Amino acid sequence: MKTVSTHATTFARRLSAGVAALAITASALAAGTAQAAENGKFRLGIVTFLSGPAAGPFGVPSANAAKVVVDALNAGKLPAPYNTIGINGVEIEPVLIDEAGGATKQVEEFRNLVERQKVDAVVGYISSGDCLAIAPVAEELKTLTVFYDCGTSRLFVDNKNPQYVFRTGLDAAVDNIGAVRYLAATHPDVTRIAGIQQNYAWGQDSWNDFTQSLKQVMPKTQMVQEQFPKVFQGQYGAEISALSVARPQVVHSSFWGGDMEAFVLQANARGLLDDAIALLTCGESAIDRYKDQAPNGMIIGARGPFGAFAPENELNTWFKTTYSGAFTMAPTYPATKMAHAILGLKYAAEKAGAKPGSVPASDAIAKAFAGATFPSVSGTATMARANGHQNVQEIGYGEYVYDSKAEKGTLRNVKTFSGDCVTPPDGTTSDEWIKADFPGAKCN
Amino acid sequence: MQSLFAVFIDGAIYASWLFLVAAGLTVIYGVMRILNMAHGSFYAIGAYSAASMIGWYFADGSGNAWVSFLLLIVCALAAGLVVGTIIERGLLRYMYGRDEILMVIITYALLLILEDVMKIVWGVSPYFAYQPYTALGRVSMMGLKMSTYDLMLIGVAIVVGGALYAWLERTTLGKILRAVIHDREVASAMGVNVAKMFTITFLVGATLGTLAGALTAPAISVVPGIGVEVIVLAFAVVVVGGLGSIEGAAAGALLVGLCRAAAVHYAPEFELFVIYGVMSLVLAVRPQGLFGRTLARKI
Repeated sequence: MKTVSTHATTFARRLSAGVAALAITASALAAGTAQAAENGKFRLGIVTFLSGPAAGPFGVPSANAAKVVVDALNAGKLPAPYNTIGINGVEIEPVLIDEAGGATKQVEEFRNLVERQKVDAVVGYISSGDCLAIAPVAEELKTLTVFYDCGTSRLFVDNKNPQYVFRTGLDAAVDNIGAVRYLAATHPDVTRIAGIQQNYAWGQDSWNDFTQSLKQVMPKTQMVQEQFPKVFQGQYGAEISALSVARPQVVHSSFWGGDMEAFVLQANARGLLDDAIALLTCGESAIDRYKDQAPNGMIIGARGPFGAFAPENELNTWFKTTYSGAFTMAPTYPATKMAHAILGLKYAAEKAGAKPGSVPASDAIAKAFAGATFPSVSGTATMARANGHQNVQEIGYGEYVYDSKAEKGTLRNVKTFSGDCVTPPDGTTSDEWIKADFPGAKCN
Repeated sequence: MQSLFAVFIDGAIYASWLFLVAAGLTVIYGVMRILNMAHGSFYAIGAYSAASMIGWYFADGSGNAWVSFLLLIVCALAAGLVVGTIIERGLLRYMYGRDEILMVIITYALLLILEDVMKIVWGVSPYFAYQPYTALGRVSMMGLKMSTYDLMLIGVAIVVGGALYAWLERTTLGKILRAVIHDREVASAMGVNVAKMFTITFLVGATLGTLAGALTAPAISVVPGIGVEVIVLAFAVVVVGGLGSIEGAAAGALLVGLCRAAAVHYAPEFELFVIYGVMSLVLAVRPQGLFGRTLARKI
């Protein structure tokens, strides 16, 4: 992401990039249906937000990550075990689609990807509403589909016996269970908690998971204020006043994108964050943009071991170096999640037993993907829930610190919680698991 | 007591912002009878232009807060005049006299086009131009810490509202515009250059839109889509106050702002609904809005 200080100097580059992006999109659309399905390449549908408010913080970093990883895979330049060409020796041909427009449009786009563009697999989807709408269609069309980011806990509740649908991102309940465990570990004495969430399913579910978990883990806490402003409202003057009047010690928020950044700026300027600690479950996505406008000590998460929370390993070092070299910024968590999903797909496809140099069948990839444990830019992922279709990994939280010399946001006091500590087991919903006080949780 | 004070001050700040956003929309409708959907784009262009300008000004880490405020206003004026001129001279002047619904569709198309133009020019990454917002610090009132910049918006809204009122009521140009508002055919018959009045009005309205965006930019993350979000609110305020009425826009903004602030403090679950609830109630009692005129239908 560009900071304001570089805007003027990068204007010409943005203009060229924008025109180039439009040209590429136009040519891709024109060429898409004309290309033969069996062109000898592995056609990979990539769906993420390229327009709208989610594009800047999530969609564009994800699309950038897909480009970096696909280019490197096609060149065979990734570290082992991903140092073979493309997928199963077949060059990957990405087909990039904008996720904007709502679930109905996305279902049409998905059918188009499968039936006309003849993709071999799809990786994508940030919006939970889109994932819930796409999952049954993916099963109907028998198309291997990897959800890389959407967090809805209902994904495998509504689809109890998935065959072709996988999720390499974590369940949203993990974000808030992890947040509570972090709070209990680092600020065990806090008692006054407030929350501000966007008023739609994401915000309401996040607040419910967080408050229910607090009741179990930190029973002395009380919720002193809760606010649910409209999504993309952008201005939070009255909400900040209401939060200030309630005098909380911690303000939890599942805000994302421009709403999150605006809230941090305004709450910090108003002094709310002098008196209360902000806990932002999606906070890492703006770590390069807060600069000195966010207080040191603000707790941020990355919805799993992604972005700044990704562990050091050869794959992650390669990814960070290559991504930073291409886009002059470090990858934030959406970028890492996209890279992670593509690597998971490659891993499964190459374990599917197809003849090298051929495109494996969806059935075979799905069989190999279910229950797989694969190395990734985010450490080791295990598809250990929902009959092997849901990834289980650790989640980390840490405190934001601004390094004024390097003019860069960094993390301190990072703590991670194992996947089995924060992920509901199969056969129970996250709500039931939390209310039953996390039976079977294995915490480090 | 602190909550009551917070409702009052938060309501006043939000009302000021709403008025700045809605004023241009109501001016254009009042004179031209165009329900300008592209007003949200003017707001967004103002915000992006200001964010770019502030980014450039503070690029080396130093800069004067007061100069940055001046830059915000200069930027808004320049953006409003340039974009307003291009749209009015390049498109709308060929459409004058058409059905109001057609004008809504045309300006809606403009909104969509301008959204894409902004993506080409500024990209989709967020812009963060906070320096003017934080430069003035904060003040403590009744135990509540308030941003000085937010409080300053109240003053700006009063000045803009007063200037608009004085322009329309106290100047010759304003009198001519009121004649056009009253009956454009008679005004034209009396020698008024209605097309010229339309151009002036559209530029004033566009500039008010870009001014609102430029003054808001330092407090928010400037991202694609902010114009679309704003236009819905602006319509609600203008409809409450009465389409085409400056006093109505002010009253509508104040009513909506105070009701919303009260909901946030005392019944947050109704916050999402309160703006449109107020609009529904007002329209149920006065379909023409608080300050709207009931017009005889021409047959």
